[in-house]
Amino acid sequence: MSGPTHDGPRERVSHRGSGHGLGEDRHGPRPIGPKPMPRRFHQASWDEPVIFELSQPGARGILPPAVEPGVREAIGNPADELPVGLRRQRPPALPELAQLHVLRHYLRLSQENLGVDLNVDVGQGTCTMKYSPKVNDQLIRSHRLTGLHPLQDESTVQGVLEIMWRLEQMLREISGMDRVTLQPGAGSAAIYTNVAMIRAYHAARGEADQRDEVITTIFSHPSNGACAKVAGYRVITLYPDADGYPDFEALKAAVSHRTAALLITNPEDTGIYNPRIDEFVRVVHEAGGLACYDQANANGILGITRAREAGFDLCHFNLHKTFSTPHACGGPAAGACGVTEALARFLPSPTVERAPDGRVYLDHDRPDSIGKIRPWYGVVPNLVRAYAWIMSLGAEGLREVAETAVLNNNYLMKRILEIPGASAPYATGRRRVEQVRYSWQRLTEDTGIHSEEIGNRAADFGTHYWMSHHPYVVPEPFTLEPTESYSMADLDEYAAILREVAREAYEEPEVVRTAPHRSTVHRTDHEPLDDPAQWAVTWRAYRRKILGIAPGS
Amino acid sequence: MHNRPARVHPYIPNSVPAVRAAMLAAVGAADVEEFYADIPEHLRLRRDLDLPPPLTAEHELVRHMEGLLNGNRSTRETLSFLGAGCYQHAVPAVCDEVNSRSEFLTAYAGEPYEDHGRFQALWEYASMMGELLELDVVNVPTYDGFQASATALRMAARYTGRRRVLLAGAVNPDKRSKILDYCAPDLDVEVVPYDPATGGVDVAAVRDAIGPDVAAIYHDTPSYLGVIETAGAELAELAHGAGALAVVGTEPNMLGVVASPARQGADIVCGDIQSLGMHQQFGGGHAGFIASRDEERLVMEYPSRLFGIAPTSVEGEYGFGDVAYERTSFALREEGKEWVGTAAALWGITAGVYLALMGPQGMTELGEGIMARTRYAMERLAAVPGVRIPFRERPHYREFAVDLSGTRRPVAEIQRAMLDRDIHLGVDLSRAHPELGAAVLVCVTEVHAQADIDRLASTLAEVLA
Repeated sequence: MSGPTHDGPRERVSHRGSGHGLGEDRHGPRPIGPKPMPRRFHQASWDEPVIFELSQPGARGILPPAVEPGVREAIGNPADELPVGLRRQRPPALPELAQLHVLRHYLRLSQENLGVDLNVDVGQGTCTMKYSPKVNDQLIRSHRLTGLHPLQDESTVQGVLEIMWRLEQMLREISGMDRVTLQPGAGSAAIYTNVAMIRAYHAARGEADQRDEVITTIFSHPSNGACAKVAGYRVITLYPDADGYPDFEALKAAVSHRTAALLITNPEDTGIYNPRIDEFVRVVHEAGGLACYDQANANGILGITRAREAGFDLCHFNLHKTFSTPHACGGPAAGACGVTEALARFLPSPTVERAPDGRVYLDHDRPDSIGKIRPWYGVVPNLVRAYAWIMSLGAEGLREVAETAVLNNNYLMKRILEIPGASAPYATGRRRVEQVRYSWQRLTEDTGIHSEEIGNRAADFGTHYWMSHHPYVVPEPFTLEPTESYSMADLDEYAAILREVAREAYEEPEVVRTAPHRSTVHRTDHEPLDDPAQWAVTWRAYRRKILGIAPGS
Repeated sequence: MHNRPARVHPYIPNSVPAVRAAMLAAVGAADVEEFYADIPEHLRLRRDLDLPPPLTAEHELVRHMEGLLNGNRSTRETLSFLGAGCYQHAVPAVCDEVNSRSEFLTAYAGEPYEDHGRFQALWEYASMMGELLELDVVNVPTYDGFQASATALRMAARYTGRRRVLLAGAVNPDKRSKILDYCAPDLDVEVVPYDPATGGVDVAAVRDAIGPDVAAIYHDTPSYLGVIETAGAELAELAHGAGALAVVGTEPNMLGVVASPARQGADIVCGDIQSLGMHQQFGGGHAGFIASRDEERLVMEYPSRLFGIAPTSVEGEYGFGDVAYERTSFALREEGKEWVGTAAALWGITAGVYLALMGPQGMTELGEGIMARTRYAMERLAAVPGVRIPFRERPHYREFAVDLSGTRRPVAEIQRAMLDRDIHLGVDLSRAHPELGAAVLVCVTEVHAQADIDRLASTLAEVLA
């Protein structure tokens, strides 16, 4: 396991091991030496048991209100009147812990997690890991938001309806589209919502059966293809041409009377803006299809260019990416879909409308609507956060966000490309927008170290690293997206980490190959996770399959 | 040329002019415009966005937001009996504390080595749900209970290779809308209305409808009308006899007292976890669970992420990772099972905290208490002149229908009069269930004291007098 040299930079720190023990140095004050770069980090590692192992029979974490004697006297215990077989025979085998012990367990687990607030989180490219303002978290904890039921009389929820209405107006302006729904629960749900509207649009024109194909690109999010498939479409995927742009000739060959829509991202995961985007849209329109813009990540182009000007019929934003709502370990998030007037009647129900008297109301009376995408009206706390974020920045601020995100990206690209073994395939020498898909192909050829192993080692330096969506069209990929939230020093630190790991790959590859060394846990054996005889998705499955203990015993 | 903000924004460190200049110099650019050189001029927006003037000072923003939020009246300031899919339950402080932690709140879909905590917390959530449901496989939460039901039906169709599903009993109409839309391309969804005599599933009608082409029989317990389904075992037998799966939507917070649908033979159990530690949030607190036995062929039909526990190179250390990742759209794009993406993980972590706090005794007391209050409220309201409680003799959980036809007053008018007395009476059922007359759906949970229910009954009597 991790020997002393695996601790990386520690032994290179000059102020340690100077030979002067405490008390030996009598020649005046001793300055504390400079910090090493990258930093000496160790992830919290509590070696925490699973919560069932912490159980103390009889302990209580919280007490629900007891049933009053008056209720008992009036009706007894109705649970006892359940038919045999419907009454639970044995209480659920949940752990029993005092409140402090539940809290402590989860605080320890939280410490074993890196949030954006704690690291230079530029390594999860395509996900726009930006600062989510704390003030917005405070605002959404108001009981005047948490304590609202979605079916309260509208007169009692004018505040939240007003926020939703205003947010729609803002997103209309930012996208250029005519109407926006805030209902989808996340980005992929927003893609699905758009595909459902595309399906409804063609059905209303009597072309639902004829138009059974959706075209997307390999550098668009995998959910574009996946959602289209769920909605019943055959999926055609365009690959990049030699310059990294989606292949225009391939698009022309793919469109036909069967084309329902093009689902496309721009810039794609490569960070390269496709300057012919409006021609792509035109080709699809000429074939009678719709053009749908995946703007999950619009961070680099806020106020610069919009879906409308490029001719799109639909688009969507991820409010948890561009508009700052927190990623929450993978949701709750929020998606917003924008459409042109021609598609507005298909939007999910209800829409948020303003009456002539200024009152805001929900319009459920929409016969052509695709119906419900999720319960109620959307992930409301995130709608409130997104609204507050835009209100804090305004038009000039959004533009500053975009410009700074792009500046940061191009600055980081320069630093990364200085690292031996790293490259940015396609469009060599050109500027990128908000992210770059890089490659360690050269480093892998030279050292045998793979991108995944680089990521495992990057964790030792207190940072997050992600490769890319499958398939790996770019060999040995990694994708960095620095957003506007990080300082120049932050970006230098991230580049220094990758530089150090790359150096190790060339000079002491075993350190990288056996990483992580300073993480919460050590290398995990992945084999059981893919073996039906061994995988254990729950504690009871683990006890049954691995420990041989029957449930309930 | 557009204007740049007059002050450096606290969210954008590199907008400090000197830093910006230094970075531009470092990359050899004269201006940020160079980075946008690939965007053709006709696609450029050459004006500022038309947005309200910003409130860059945090204090101004707070005042503005509080002004808007003050336009809401919280259920904590009134007495609310609204449910129908979103529920007012007590939320333990520790739930809010844990899901407010920066480390969880701001992390994304991290890798096991830097986000071990999230993997363990979500695996423990699935494990505690597994105990509650008595099932070995539980997914990392999907968006909400609607999605969970719709996906469970698609799973059943893939598993059986069939396309017809029966939607039996009273199902939330919005959920039904979602299921119909989501399943439309590949499934034929047939609605089998509830039995008007019992409020439960019409078993005879299901028996008539079932055939060798049916992939699944679906029902909810409790139903949309709050009725606990008593024919679950019979429905599962019917399904299995036809080679179909029994898919059951349920409310996890009643399972301390009511047997898990798995005990009645359900193959896939699904639902929403908002009741397990999430505030109502105007309907923004939902997350969905899907659970089943640990059968490889069924597991491979899950679109969601499934986390598993595994050994590490250190004795006694727990590692976590994705189980059977190759089935997902992350791995296979459109060739994966439906799709997976950001959904509702933090609510899963929160529900885990909730179940750990409640423990077996808490869940039992909660379930019994809600059943008792529900029955108490049914009896109190039944005694109000002009009020009828349909299916009164059936076991209910948390919700029940109240028929106000006998009052000869429109539902909206009664609701308004109750609201004038600071009570949200219940959800109007007259559109979704006209057969029940002028009815409302009343919801009672552990937050309602006996005095609250008494006040509901006496105020309704006063309003109707």
